[in-house]
Amino acid sequence: MCEDCGCGLSAGIPVTVSGHDDHGHDDPHHHHGHDHPHSRQHQTLELRRAILEKNDRLAERNRGFFRARGILVINVLSSPGSGKTTLIGETIRRLGPRLKTAVIVGDLATDNDARRLRDSSAPVVQINTGTVCHLEADMIARALKQLEISGLDLLIIENVGNLVCPASYDLGEDLRVVLLSVTDGEDKPLKYPPMFHTANAIIISKLDLDRACDFKREAATANIRHIAPGARLFELSSKTGAGLDDWCDYLVRQHEAVKRRDPLDA
Amino acid sequence: MHEYSIMQSALTQALREARQAGAARVHEIRLRIGVLSGVVPDALRFAFETLTPGTSAEGAVLTIEEVPARFWCASCRKEFVSADLFAECPDCRNPSGELRAGRELELSSMEVDHV
Repeated sequence: MCEDCGCGLSAGIPVTVSGHDDHGHDDPHHHHGHDHPHSRQHQTLELRRAILEKNDRLAERNRGFFRARGILVINVLSSPGSGKTTLIGETIRRLGPRLKTAVIVGDLATDNDARRLRDSSAPVVQINTGTVCHLEADMIARALKQLEISGLDLLIIENVGNLVCPASYDLGEDLRVVLLSVTDGEDKPLKYPPMFHTANAIIISKLDLDRACDFKREAATANIRHIAPGARLFELSSKTGAGLDDWCDYLVRQHEAVKRRDPLDA
Repeated sequence: MHEYSIMQSALTQALREARQAGAARVHEIRLRIGVLSGVVPDALRFAFETLTPGTSAEGAVLTIEEVPARFWCASCRKEFVSADLFAECPDCRNPSGELRAGRELELSSMEVDHV
């Protein structure tokens, strides 16, 4: 085989496709006469592989682990300071005896969020990611070893506060829940479409501050609908409790679907 | 900035493939990156420049094909490409729940040399 173009004579090394086509094969200079020096064998490797295939594989393993135990898993995402920890604390408190809940919290540093949530009586594992700006599936698998899983109904994963990077990483969750606080501004869905597009549920949080922020609800919901038309929309305030019952009932219904192995409604 | 770790994953896979194929040098690595993948191509290029020196891909070309967001409209029974990433059919204005392309993070192919 021609070492440069793989055009015929065997040279013993398999070449799938030639990567060089800078002269045609009708060229009399080239046509199997091989009177130009060949020093290299060129090869095109067709791969078509997911760059994050390792994470995707581990996420599927997590998913199988959770499914087999009837555990509903939600991945809670937002920019820093949108109220994830407060919402999770209130959610655990209100779900109380209805769902046995545990939390995995991801932050670059500190265990402040875990300490806040420990007051809620649910088991909490803090993951410190160091410089990593998102959680990955194998971090969840490792954190699970520190959790009492038996009898668990709901696992809440509080991702690192970041509206960009966590969107790319499947953790094995059933639902992605993205928070948009009224202090974030109405146009966040348009600025960060990859994150909002992947959401199964979107929560407008800190509703008690809407007037102070001059929050334009119509514009926010229109922006959400442009990017994530199928996502379930909740509007709530963890501080006043407005809207929290709807949210908690939704989680109970989703958990029942997981138990019955039915598809989830979002 | 997760592009660094994503580029590292792509490069690790590419170098392993090259080794398994018995290649000595990598000339070009091609990626397909969807506009809804959450990954910025320029940041990948920057990471590539810092990660390749000292490897068999040193000096290689990184080619990134950006894949547009393509949705399926069930009402019009056709696909549409969305430049603004809105999931609304430009003809009937109905929302689409089905993204058919645009989230790719793919190592598609590479050019290698056997010396």
